[in-house]
Amino acid sequence: MSVLSEDMKQRILSYLPRYPSKQAVTLPALHIVQDELRYVPLEAIREIADLLDLSPAEVHDTLTFYRFFRTDEKNKLGRTRLWVCQGLACQLRGCDATLARLCNTLKIKPGQTTADGKITVEAAECIGVCEGAPAVLINDEARPNVAEEKVEQLIAELTQ
Amino acid sequence: MSKTLHLTIDDRPVRVSPGTTIWQAARDHGIDIPVLCHDPKMTPVGVCRMCVVDIGTRVLAAACVRECEDGMVVRTRSPRVEQQRRVLLEWLLADHPVPCEREKTTGDCELEFLARQFGIVKSSCDAVASRQNGAARIDSSSRVIAVDHQACILCDRCIRACDEIQCNEVIGRMGRGTFTRIAFDLNDPMGKSTCVSCGECAAACPTGALTHKPITLPLVPESQTQAIDSVCPYCGVGCALTYHVFNNTIIRAEGRDNPGSEGRLCVKGRYGWDYALHHQRLTKPLIRRPEFYPKGPLSRAVKETGPSKPGGIVDYDEVLPAFREASWDEALDLVAANLLRIKKEHGPGALAGFGSAKCSNEEAYLFQKLIRAALGTNNVDHCTRLCHASSVAALLECIGSGAVTDVFGHIRHAEVALITGSNTTANHPVAATFFKQAAKRGTKLIVVDPRRPAIADFATWYCRIKPGSDVAFYNAIMHVLIYEGLIDEEYIQNHTENFTELRAVVEKYAPEYVSPLCGIEAPTIREIARTIGRSKSMMIFWGMGISQHTHGTDNARCLIALCLLTGNIGRLGTGLHPLRGQNNVQGASDAGLIPMVYPDYQPVGSEAVRQKFEAAWKAPLDPKPGLTVVEIMAAALRGDIRGMLMMGENPFLSDPNVNKVRQALARLDFLAVQDIFLTETAEFADVILPASSFLEKTGTYTNTDRRVQIGRKVLDPPGDARLDWQILCDLSHRLGYPMHYDSPEEIFAEFADLTTNYRGLNYDNLGATGKVWPCPKPMTSDGTLVLFGEGFPTPTGKGKFVPCEVAPADELPDDDFPFILNTGRILEHWHTGTMTRRASILNDLKPGPFAEAHPDDLARLGIRSGEPVTVRSRRGSIRLPVLASDSVTRGSIFIPFHFREAAANVLTNDALDPFGKIPEFKFCAVKMER
Ligand code: SF4
Ligand code: SF4
Ligand code: SF4
Ligand code: FES
Ligand code: FES
Repeated sequence: MSVLSEDMKQRILSYLPRYPSKQAVTLPALHIVQDELRYVPLEAIREIADLLDLSPAEVHDTLTFYRFFRTDEKNKLGRTRLWVCQGLACQLRGCDATLARLCNTLKIKPGQTTADGKITVEAAECIGVCEGAPAVLINDEARPNVAEEKVEQLIAELTQ
Repeated sequence: MSKTLHLTIDDRPVRVSPGTTIWQAARDHGIDIPVLCHDPKMTPVGVCRMCVVDIGTRVLAAACVRECEDGMVVRTRSPRVEQQRRVLLEWLLADHPVPCEREKTTGDCELEFLARQFGIVKSSCDAVASRQNGAARIDSSSRVIAVDHQACILCDRCIRACDEIQCNEVIGRMGRGTFTRIAFDLNDPMGKSTCVSCGECAAACPTGALTHKPITLPLVPESQTQAIDSVCPYCGVGCALTYHVFNNTIIRAEGRDNPGSEGRLCVKGRYGWDYALHHQRLTKPLIRRPEFYPKGPLSRAVKETGPSKPGGIVDYDEVLPAFREASWDEALDLVAANLLRIKKEHGPGALAGFGSAKCSNEEAYLFQKLIRAALGTNNVDHCTRLCHASSVAALLECIGSGAVTDVFGHIRHAEVALITGSNTTANHPVAATFFKQAAKRGTKLIVVDPRRPAIADFATWYCRIKPGSDVAFYNAIMHVLIYEGLIDEEYIQNHTENFTELRAVVEKYAPEYVSPLCGIEAPTIREIARTIGRSKSMMIFWGMGISQHTHGTDNARCLIALCLLTGNIGRLGTGLHPLRGQNNVQGASDAGLIPMVYPDYQPVGSEAVRQKFEAAWKAPLDPKPGLTVVEIMAAALRGDIRGMLMMGENPFLSDPNVNKVRQALARLDFLAVQDIFLTETAEFADVILPASSFLEKTGTYTNTDRRVQIGRKVLDPPGDARLDWQILCDLSHRLGYPMHYDSPEEIFAEFADLTTNYRGLNYDNLGATGKVWPCPKPMTSDGTLVLFGEGFPTPTGKGKFVPCEVAPADELPDDDFPFILNTGRILEHWHTGTMTRRASILNDLKPGPFAEAHPDDLARLGIRSGEPVTVRSRRGSIRLPVLASDSVTRGSIFIPFHFREAAANVLTNDALDPFGKIPEFKFCAVKMER
């Protein structure tokens, strides 16, 4: 049984024409898998390697270079990956309080996932929305102006 | 037009062609730039910055990657350069354990060497800060290589050695920043990863991060060892290597540069040499005690050939009591007296000799000379019969020569390469590295094999044809080539004959007709044919999967026809290459260990040839061609052959149908065995003569490329064991046919003189890297790599198409025996295992027998992977664990034949191919039960 679904495979393969080499599709492939499975199982690395004519060690190399990917099922991402920016602008406008309130309310530490698997909170470097500091990323969508007092509302929205 | 660049390096004017790196240019002019990550055999990556030089720019340039430019002014030793190198070394040394494992053993850590050169001192008690981020620093899971991540400087040499040279692609980096380290596969322990223990990474590593584990004595620096250049004793690739000897013991082997193997080795060559030091070596001549007559098997394993003790080598305790030690004089007198008696009573035709494809050219030559001139019979053969005789028969018939037409390394010049019936990565591992490398660089591989070989991972097409459908498949390819006009008309016109007959036969083999026979879709067959037809060059490599069939000769004929049809012969990167198994199959055949030909394939049946050899050997010779291996066994069973001499051959395991072999050996009046260990065959001997191993003698060996190389004496023979050529000379004297030689060189000279292909070669001009025969100008040339650019050594000078029709295998599966059995070899073992199972590393890596079957078949029979099963054929049964494997087709079983406790050849069929007289090892019907 393969870990990658037929659909994931097709989506990975559809990237091939866009790049000069198959190897260039490594990152998109890892993202496709993590988006769907919320982590990248080791077996998926082998299957990606197979699809892209790479060695498993090469794909593993790329994966471990970025701290973005998780490989342990016990530590997999929640439905929403919430990045709280820790950049300079956001620091100046109270991101620490935002992060602290989030963690306290959800009873987790940065990097952890709520028991119901709905939210993973992470600290991020500048996410490029400085004009809306303090800002967060909800998966890959930016949300400006998430001051401490907006935290409950955000949680409510994400746990529906 | 490429122009020449002019620049100066350290004020010396230098001229180079564009594309040359500064490092290379400096080196070519005798200027040494220190490096850490660079190795000229690999793609430069420029990651360590040790090689920086000043080229007048703001930042220093890395000489190993920076190309020369016109007018460049390069300084390799300015204070600025030295300062940067010093800082780099200090940084690297900061968390490098001093001395590291390499420095402690072979004493050649490149980092510590450079540090000393730069006067940087670090005392060994300085603690090193761990860079391992909690992960283990030491990984000792590999049987052959020790890993110390802390000593690693992340130069990537191991990664490139594994990826680019061996193409095993096991190693990568992981993580980033300070915590970066190398990782095997998905950060598995090395011993659990897909690593095949070739050792190339440890050979490439500059530090103590990857080091060879000791096999015999602890490793010591090269300055304390004696380095002896030789070749690997195992397979036909014939890799060049250097043995390092300390205290009359080999401590390690190292790849040595040579145009064929380019310094590469596989696990057998690098780590498998300690068999010669095994305590079970025979050291005294042995004579069978009177109470052990009439002769029969001695060990329980050979008596029963059923479930038996593991261990795989003869149980000495069960066999030795039947023999007593004797002096050489007594033993040789006894051998001579018996052979002479049988000759007198029953004629020379009642005698026969088996030589071995492991013995040197000199030994093979002497052995056949002794059998022919001293005993007077042509009944002399060796195990080529068991591997490539059918290939050779087809090659001789079609193109007049059994030799390969181009060397394996030339696959890099081929647009397409067809690899069929060859599990190359296991059987010819170093040749496989060249195949994989070529595939990565654009050669399209077509791999055709019922059992999926690992090389298929690199193939453009892998065709899992149904077992035994080779002829149909290739006929279909030829059908498409002919009907789509993709053949080389001009070549066919000028260099071949019988084309019309071929066309008539392949006419009916349309892909649509063949597809159900071979299991490959018709469009795929067409696509492959078109790729072959449209390419400018194609090489064909094949192994036992083609030849070991009752229709092996037909299979080979088809491959030859395919090359002729497309004009793919006689040019660089084209041609036919049957991969030779043993290290000296080519040479043993060249030297005349074949019943129908004298040395260099001069036919026994030709009056003129016979007279030539009678004159040279000063003895009357038998004009009748002799019997082949399997025929000799049959004749022994009938009582027609009564006396035999066996030099290094163990037909007990390697012949098909061992039950018959056992009866045949027991029936012999007299059997003398000359070997380094007690073999199953020796159990039936009257006299056993302790011989010397490859490592104890000097001689020449001819590899699959026709490269003749010198293997040199590394060790002294143990006890009273003697050199084979001296044993043969002494025996010959006693047989009334004195032969005297002072050295192997003298034997080689006599042999070479009687041939065309070896003429002109001698130990001096063979030198360190050998020569590829024919080599008419040995002083100036490496030899003739590509043969038959100008037609063929056939009577007409043309190559001949020999069309073939599909024929079923001799024994097809049926309701009682529903599985097809396929036998073969595995990477770690060699032949009947007498050597490799006594090589500690190889035996540890693969200690016991196993079968492989498709997971679906196992599921259907309710058998779990790893469970013991009985595999039964019409001839016998063996018991062994079965492993699930996707590489086996449904309905077949694969069993490696190295393990005597479950000897696969108990099951196989000895039906013969009618032309090559080769047994059908690859195909017989069996059943599997719990
Ligand atoms: S021993 Fe060979 S296969 Fe194993 S990691 Fe090293 S280079 Fe690769
Ligand atoms: S293990 Fe050796 S060869 Fe590999 S990166 Fe480290 S230092 Fe270089
Ligand atoms: S490929 Fe063959 S000759 Fe080369 S090292 Fe391995 S066994 Fe020896
Ligand atoms: S600092 Fe937070 S978005 Fe830039
Ligand atoms: S040797 Fe040039 S950068 Fe490493």
